[in-house]
Amino acid sequence: MKVSDTVLAGPDGDVRIGDEHPFVVIGERINPTGRSRLTEEITRGDMTTVRADALAQVAAGARVLDVNAGVPGFDEAEMLSAVVRAVHDVVGVPLCVDSSTPEALEAAIPLARGKVLINSVTAEDRSLDRILPLAKRFGSAVIGMANDEEGISMDPAVRLAAARKVVEAALDHGIAREDVIIDPLAMPIGAAAGAAAGAATTMFETIRLIRDDLGVNVSCGASNISFGMPDRRGIDAGFLAMAIHAGMNAAIANPLHRPVRKAVLAADLLLGRDAFGAAWIADHRAQHSTGD
Amino acid sequence: MREDLEILKRSLIRADPDAGVAAAQRLVDAGVDPKAILEEGMAVAMFELGEMWKRGEVFLPEVVASAEVFKRCNAVVEPVLLAQKDENTEPNALVVLATVKGDLHDLGKNMVGAMLRTSGFDVHDMGKDVSADKIVAAIQEMRPQIVGLSALLTTTVPYQETVIKRLVQEGLRDQVKVMVGGAPVTPEWAEKIQADGYANNAPEAVEVARKLVGLAQ
Repeated sequence: MKVSDTVLAGPDGDVRIGDEHPFVVIGERINPTGRSRLTEEITRGDMTTVRADALAQVAAGARVLDVNAGVPGFDEAEMLSAVVRAVHDVVGVPLCVDSSTPEALEAAIPLARGKVLINSVTAEDRSLDRILPLAKRFGSAVIGMANDEEGISMDPAVRLAAARKVVEAALDHGIAREDVIIDPLAMPIGAAAGAAAGAATTMFETIRLIRDDLGVNVSCGASNISFGMPDRRGIDAGFLAMAIHAGMNAAIANPLHRPVRKAVLAADLLLGRDAFGAAWIADHRAQHSTGD
Repeated sequence: MREDLEILKRSLIRADPDAGVAAAQRLVDAGVDPKAILEEGMAVAMFELGEMWKRGEVFLPEVVASAEVFKRCNAVVEPVLLAQKDENTEPNALVVLATVKGDLHDLGKNMVGAMLRTSGFDVHDMGKDVSADKIVAAIQEMRPQIVGLSALLTTTVPYQETVIKRLVQEGLRDQVKVMVGGAPVTPEWAEKIQADGYANNAPEAVEVARKLVGLAQ
């Protein structure tokens, strides 16, 4: 099945995710998970680091920014709204609004300018029933996770079935097929001793199945693959290049990591999405001029 | 005995299953108190491994491998412990343990289970990625005194609250004490979701459990 472009919009214009376009890095940094200083700041309404992270990630090539404000015990709707405002104060890229709480999405999405990507819905009935009506109401695109009530399978066919359930439910809600992006789930390669290689190979196989059978774009949380390993950026970079070749057109990742940025640019160049190598050369010049 | 205890600890940290199981077996055969093997050997090693993890000295596949060795060594020590238990009935209370839905991290929960058993508790371990539905069903069926909920991800910690709310809805909340734990869990969070107990590590979990069933102050 042909994969149609997913189009997001921000104050500065559209971003197209698709086979004919450069790979889209969705900057992952604005997320309090595991970041004690950011957590401490946003829980008291200080947006200094949020703004700095927004600027730095866009400068480093992020074309969409993920925004997450989930801290157990705090009012997520209020904090996510504040984060969305702060990010739009400094950058004009489309946002990927990251919450599984309908109240937080409902509060924050109207504050985001343009067409956002909701991150995320799962194939669980409860999640589909709560999140998809919001995507429809706000005209948003949505990331669907390839897991259901049974958890995360290591069988690509089972993940495909969960992805199919999300796509069909979205269509039933009147959401266009191209506004659904499936996350086939990148699990830590170091987590399960015996099945270690399966975390990546399962994912590549699932990417192909989702594209062929459902005709939708694929994205993932790329940094998860290297959790708990030394020299993570090298793993992230290798993984991204391989997943892009398997058909993934966007990922939530850290563009400030140079190996990640280089892997994405190299994949675009090698797959013919960087005419005359312009982006690769421009990145080289930008680094060269700042003394990298 | 000291030497075998050191070998056991080293085998757990280096994830050497054969050496670890052999050392555990020698200790058991020599009549060493299984509780001492667990508390002075295995728990010490896993705590040290946790510290090494925090310092970035060991990596995920190594921790996973050590957790496997822990399970295998525990399989040697636990039967001896359970055989002894009949003589020592205190505290004779059942604890149901689960790593909550969406979370696959069970090393800490497994340690808590092993230490609770050594302290005389009956433990029913529901495993990882366990839904509120299943926890409710287990409580209805088994009537435990305590349910322990573990979560290691900031994204899954809120599920501890989900479970507690379900217990309230099902009218079960006053029939069971709830303990919570896991790296991102704080005493403030435990208080906010109205858990009955919070523990920062496995030995502390035993103390909290003893208090919850009225065995300690």
